[in-house]
Amino acid sequence: MVSTFFRHGFLLLGAAIMLAPFVLMVSISLKSPGEVFAPEFRLLPVQWHAVQNYTDAFTKVPLARFILNGFIVTFCIFAAQAITALPMAYALAKLRWRGRETSFALVMLALLIPPQVPAIPLYIGMWQLGLLNTYAAIILPSTISVFGIFMMRQFFRTVPDDLIAAARMDGMGEFGIVWRIMLPTAAPALAAFACLSFIWNWNEFFWPFIAVQEEHLMTPPLGIAFFSNAEAGTSFGPLMAAATAVTAPLVIAFLLAQRAFVEGVTMTGVK
Amino acid sequence: MPSAEAAPRSGGRPGAAAEQVAAWLLALPAMLLMWAMLLGPAVAVGLLSFTDWSFGDAEIPWHGLGNYAELWGDRVFWISLRNTLIYVGVSVPATVGLGLLAAIAIEGVTRGRGFYRAAYFLPVASTLLAMALVWEFMFHPTVGFVNQAFRALGLPTADWLQNPDTALLALAVIGVWQNLGLAMVLFMAGLKAIPKDMYEALSMDGADGAWERFRRVTWPLLGPALVFVVAITAIRSFQVFDTVAVLTEGGPSKSTEVLLYTMVQNGFTFLRSAYGAAITMIFLIFTLALTLAQTILLDRRAHYG
Repeated sequence: MVSTFFRHGFLLLGAAIMLAPFVLMVSISLKSPGEVFAPEFRLLPVQWHAVQNYTDAFTKVPLARFILNGFIVTFCIFAAQAITALPMAYALAKLRWRGRETSFALVMLALLIPPQVPAIPLYIGMWQLGLLNTYAAIILPSTISVFGIFMMRQFFRTVPDDLIAAARMDGMGEFGIVWRIMLPTAAPALAAFACLSFIWNWNEFFWPFIAVQEEHLMTPPLGIAFFSNAEAGTSFGPLMAAATAVTAPLVIAFLLAQRAFVEGVTMTGVK
Repeated sequence: MPSAEAAPRSGGRPGAAAEQVAAWLLALPAMLLMWAMLLGPAVAVGLLSFTDWSFGDAEIPWHGLGNYAELWGDRVFWISLRNTLIYVGVSVPATVGLGLLAAIAIEGVTRGRGFYRAAYFLPVASTLLAMALVWEFMFHPTVGFVNQAFRALGLPTADWLQNPDTALLALAVIGVWQNLGLAMVLFMAGLKAIPKDMYEALSMDGADGAWERFRRVTWPLLGPALVFVVAITAIRSFQVFDTVAVLTEGGPSKSTEVLLYTMVQNGFTFLRSAYGAAITMIFLIFTLALTLAQTILLDRRAHYG
């Protein structure tokens, strides 16, 4: 009993520290500049300044555009990742072909390369193709997910061979099997991967920071950094309103798909 | 890919040749993209690091080990490497230790597990860049939570992010806060794998204290999970960039200059592509060394454990 009580005390204190930044973020987004710098902290403002702050956040910078860009970029990335990863994962898991072992070894090798390593050559290549400062520049490097290939391959290995044999008996080609047999069976695993992909690419800062300078193309993290620079630490209220608006879709996605997310991350620990 | 569809079928399994063709066609798009976006550029970075090419140059002069020789004598590079190692050295033990503590505590309670797990894991999933700005406010010298708490406890206060002695430490705190939940869920998976009868056997021996349980069962059996978590946390810590870029820009007086930030400065701001590529290679070598160390440690355990 005592130890359970002690454990809960410890865990609650820890949870309070872990959640404090989120609470603070929302709290400041509701306050006027005067109250933000008040010597004593209050959770809720005396005078509500929320409408002003959120209006500022959406009008001083094109925050709605940043968020829209976030959805465009993450959607295109996930679509490309799924379209390329599913057939390859199926070929790796279920087909016998020369080069299969080598290809899988290459996937495992690519998993070891941190995403920042290809940045300089990618930048040079995109500059040559005139792609810098476009959506394509942000999207292209992430169109391939070796993590996705690995995750779907592991899943496909658990699909019974009989299912595939039966489809072949019905005269279905390998391409048809991927999309009409494997895809429906893989729906839960693919949904888990979709959540991971969405969260990672929504949060991605390193590459967009390098590839994009123009305001109308900025993704949410880039837009927030841009806003923060422009305001130079003066208007915390609107800045925290913007941070809240950018974080909200993510927190919702996380809470909806928490289990899938945790399991996905547990599998490899990295993106 | 209609050719895969059109492959002849004569009942049962298709011919081996048709399967070969189909497999290659299915794997081709992913293989091409993997080479174009990951493996090719990674090889290119290695080659580029042996040249003296700056962004926009017409020719690519071979430079041999020139860039690495220059790195050897570059004061900023050594500061950057040292800062990165300090950052990793501080944040990894803290992340792993606190993550393990949280995992064990959560395993020991029956109620509220879902809540605790979500609360500790939320920072892993949230936009680090936005949260970094909240932390900037938390570290604010006068109204920040950190100084208010320290003042209340009678501890010394500081302008954490603007002081060269504390800025890197402040960034490490943000890093620990962000990655702790990841270490926790990985440990929780590891703890689940420990058979319950191990603890029962221990209590039959008469040793049933929490510390005894930890020392004699949890710790030895958690070995592989521990190695994995340390490696993952270290690799992620090596990639510290977002907080530096938005909060300190490597300052004050280079005290938060870290490898990836130095790489971006050289490769993209100063347009010294080849020099940036050499820094990328150093970064890659550290990452691969960590992975190798993890593999060797886990292999040895597999043989003798």
